Amino acid sequence: MSAFEPKIIAMVCNWCTYTAADLAGTSRLMYPHNVRIIRLMCTGMLDAKYVLKAFLEGADGVFIGGCHPGDCHYINGNLKAARRIPGIAAILEQFGFSSERLELKWIGASEGPEFQEHITRFVETIRALGPSQAATAMIL
Amino acid sequence: MIYEKPRIGVYICHCGSNISPKVDVEAVARFAAGLDNVAVSRDYKFMCSNPGQDFIVNDIKQMGLNRVVVASCSPRMHEPTFRKACEKAGISPHYFQMANIREQTSWVTADSAHATQKAKDQVAAAAARVAGHAALTSREVAVQKSILVIGAGIAGIQASLTAAEAGYDVHLVEREPSIGGHMAKFDKTFPTLDCAACIMTPKMVEAAQKENIHLHTWSEVVSVEGFVGNYKVRVRKKPRYVDMEKCTGCGVCQQKCPVKVPSEFDEGLAFRKAVYSPFPQAVPNTPVIDKDHCIYFQKGKCRACEKFCEAAAIDFNQADEFIDIVVGAVIAATGFKAFDPSPLTAYGYGIFPEVYTSLEFERLNNATGPTAGKILMKNGQPPRKVAIVHCVGSRDRHYRKYCSRVCCMYSMKFAHLVREKTGAEVWEFYIDMRSPGKLYEEFYNRVQEEGVHLVRGRVAQITDITDHPEDAGCLTVVAENTLARRVLRVPVDMVILSVGLEPAAGSDAVSRMLGIQRDADGWYNELHAKLAPVKTAASGIFLAGCCQGPKDIPDTVAQASAAAGEAVSLLSRGTVRTLAEISYIDPDRCSGCRICVDMCPYSAISFDDGAGVAVVNDALCQGCGSCAAACPSSAAGIRHFNDGQIMAELEALT
Repeated sequence: MSAFEPKIIAMVCNWCTYTAADLAGTSRLMYPHNVRIIRLMCTGMLDAKYVLKAFLEGADGVFIGGCHPGDCHYINGNLKAARRIPGIAAILEQFGFSSERLELKWIGASEGPEFQEHITRFVETIRALGPSQAATAMIL
Repeated sequence: MIYEKPRIGVYICHCGSNISPKVDVEAVARFAAGLDNVAVSRDYKFMCSNPGQDFIVNDIKQMGLNRVVVASCSPRMHEPTFRKACEKAGISPHYFQMANIREQTSWVTADSAHATQKAKDQVAAAAARVAGHAALTSREVAVQKSILVIGAGIAGIQASLTAAEAGYDVHLVEREPSIGGHMAKFDKTFPTLDCAACIMTPKMVEAAQKENIHLHTWSEVVSVEGFVGNYKVRVRKKPRYVDMEKCTGCGVCQQKCPVKVPSEFDEGLAFRKAVYSPFPQAVPNTPVIDKDHCIYFQKGKCRACEKFCEAAAIDFNQADEFIDIVVGAVIAATGFKAFDPSPLTAYGYGIFPEVYTSLEFERLNNATGPTAGKILMKNGQPPRKVAIVHCVGSRDRHYRKYCSRVCCMYSMKFAHLVREKTGAEVWEFYIDMRSPGKLYEEFYNRVQEEGVHLVRGRVAQITDITDHPEDAGCLTVVAENTLARRVLRVPVDMVILSVGLEPAAGSDAVSRMLGIQRDADGWYNELHAKLAPVKTAASGIFLAGCCQGPKDIPDTVAQASAAAGEAVSLLSRGTVRTLAEISYIDPDRCSGCRICVDMCPYSAISFDDGAGVAVVNDALCQGCGSCAAACPSSAAGIRHFNDGQIMAELEALT
C-alpha cells in the first residue's frame, strides 16, 4: 500500500452536490477521508483563482460538483462553470499539472450514492497520479 | 465602522453519539483553542439544545466574543438555530460559521484518527473564515398579496380556496379546458366510498364563483421571473375559438359537430367531438375547439358549430393571448400522470382488449363514463371473473422503484365495486398489501370479508392461451402464490392493471421555470422531508399534492391547505426581507467593462453611464456569483462568499 494520502479540495454547489454530500452522510455511505469540502452557493461563482490557489497551497486534486444541466438554482450558473473549467485546466497544463487533477461532475441533491462513487473514484485517480508537484517543482 | 479584533468562540458538538466517539471531540476542542483569534473552545453533548445555545449566548456576553464557530451537523440543518443564538446575544447573525463534522465526517469516515484530523481541518477553516465575516444588512420590500397556483386538480383547487378565503387574490392556471384534474374522473373514493363528483364538483363551482379566484383554464404559465414577494408571471391563454362571454354552455355545437375523436377524459373508451367540453360538470362549461381535428381548421370548410350557435359565440379568429400578472408567491400543484403499462408486454396491455389500466376502469365504472357506470366488457356483457394486478410499474427496478402509495387502496376499492355491481369473482394479486391510513385497514378487512381472492404474488404473465377448452376466450393470469408456494393459472374475463403514479408531463419544464429541484424520479423536492414538507429551496414557491410525490386525496387536500397556509403566512406581513448574501460591485475597482451585466441571469446589474460603473439592484440579485467569478478586476463579489472568505478556507484546508 502506498503511503501517499492525497489532499483533495471539493468546491460544491449548496443546492445540489452539498446536499448530496449531506445525504451520503445521513445514509452512512463511507468514502475516503481525504476530501475537504468548501461550500459555494453556485458553481457559477467558481473563480479560476480559487482552483489555482488550492493547487498552490498544496492540494493534489480539485473536485467541482454542480447541478445537472437545466437544474441550476440560478438558471445557468453550472453551465458557466462548465465553460470555465477547460480554461482553468489549460492553465494547469501550462504549469505542468495533469488536467486530470481537476474534475467537474454534475451531482443532484438526491444523488448521495453518486457523490460517494465520484469522490471515491477521484481520490483513487489522484492517488495513482501521485503527489502534485506544486510543493516541489512549481516556482512562482 | 470601527475595526474590532476577532474574538472567536469555538463549540464542538458530540451530537449524542453521532459525532463522538468517531471524532475525538475533546482533542478537536483542544486543537481549536490554539487557533488564531480563538478566545474560548468547548465541547458539549448537544449544542443545538437550549443549554448548548445558552453556552454561546453567555460566552458572547461575558467574554466579549464577536465571532462564533459551531462544529456539528450540516448548516442546512442548524445554521438558523445558531445564527439566532448570536442575534439573541447581540452580535450579527452573520458573525457565525458552521463546520459540518457530522454529515461530512463522522458519518462517512471509517477510521477514527482520520475523522478527527478532518474535523480539526474543518474547524480551522471555519475559524479562519469567520474572522473575515462582515455584519450584513438587508431591507424590507413590499410584497404582492396575490398567489399563483399552477394546476387545478384537487390540490390546486383546495390551495386556491384556502388562500382566497384568507382574502388573497389567487390566479389558478390549468392547461386543460376544465379544472378538476384526475379526481374529476373518479367514481368512488376510498375508504369511505364517497362519490368523487359529489365532493369534487362543489369545490370546482366554489373556485369558479369566488370573486378573488381568477381562473385561467386552457392556459399555461410560460415564464416566471422575479423573486419572493414579486414574481412576474406570463400566462398564455390558448385560443378556445369559443367566446367565453357569449357562450351559454347549451351544448348544441357539440351535438352538431361531425368529428369524433377519442376522449382524453374517458381514457379513449368513448368519443368526444372536435368542439368539446371534457365532461358534463366541466368548469367553466365553455367548450374548446380542437384545432387538430376540426374540419374547418384542417380543410377550410364545415363551420357547423358556428351555424347552429344561437349565441354567436364561435370565433375562429381567436389567437394566443398573453396575460401578465404579478404575484407574491407560487404554489405548484402539477400533479401526476398514470404509468403507461405498454412496455410491460407480458401483461398484454394494448394487445388484449380486456386488459384495462386503473384510470380506464375508473371511467368504465363512472356514472358519466362510456357505459353509464355499468361494468361491462367490450362485448357488452358483464365479466364473470376479474383479476386486479397490483404494482404495475411501481416497486419494479426496471421502471419505478418507489411504491405509488395509492394503488393497494384503489385496487381494493375496485374489488369491492366489482363484487357489488356484478357479483363477479375477483382475484387480486399483490406484493404487499399496504393500507396505512385512517379507516384503511378496516376497509381491507371489509374487502377480505366480501369474498375477494387475495393472492400474494407478482403476476408473471397475462395470456390468451387457456388451459381448458371451456375457458376459450378468457385471459389466463399466471402468478406464483408465494404463501402457498405454487404457481396459479387463473382464467378471467377482465384484467385491471393497477398502474403507479409518475410526475405529470411537463412538470420538468415547470420546475425549471420556478427554479426548484426535482428528485431522481422527477418529483419536486420539498425543502425538508419532515420539517418543511410544502416549502421548496426557492423562497416563495410551495408544493401541493402529487407533484411532490404520490399521495391519496386526504393527504393531498391536507398538503394543499398547508401550502396555502405557508403562502399566506409569508405574505400576510406585507413585506419580506431581501437576501443579505448578494453581490456588490466596488465602484473604485470597476473598470466599466460590463461583462457582469451580460453574465447576470436575473438582469440585476445595470450600468450607470454617469459614474461609468456597474450597479447591483439588491431586490433582484439572488447571490449566484456569476458576476463575481467573471469580473476581471475583482470589483464584483458576493457578500458572505467573497474572495477573502473562500481563500481563508482554502488556506486552512490545504
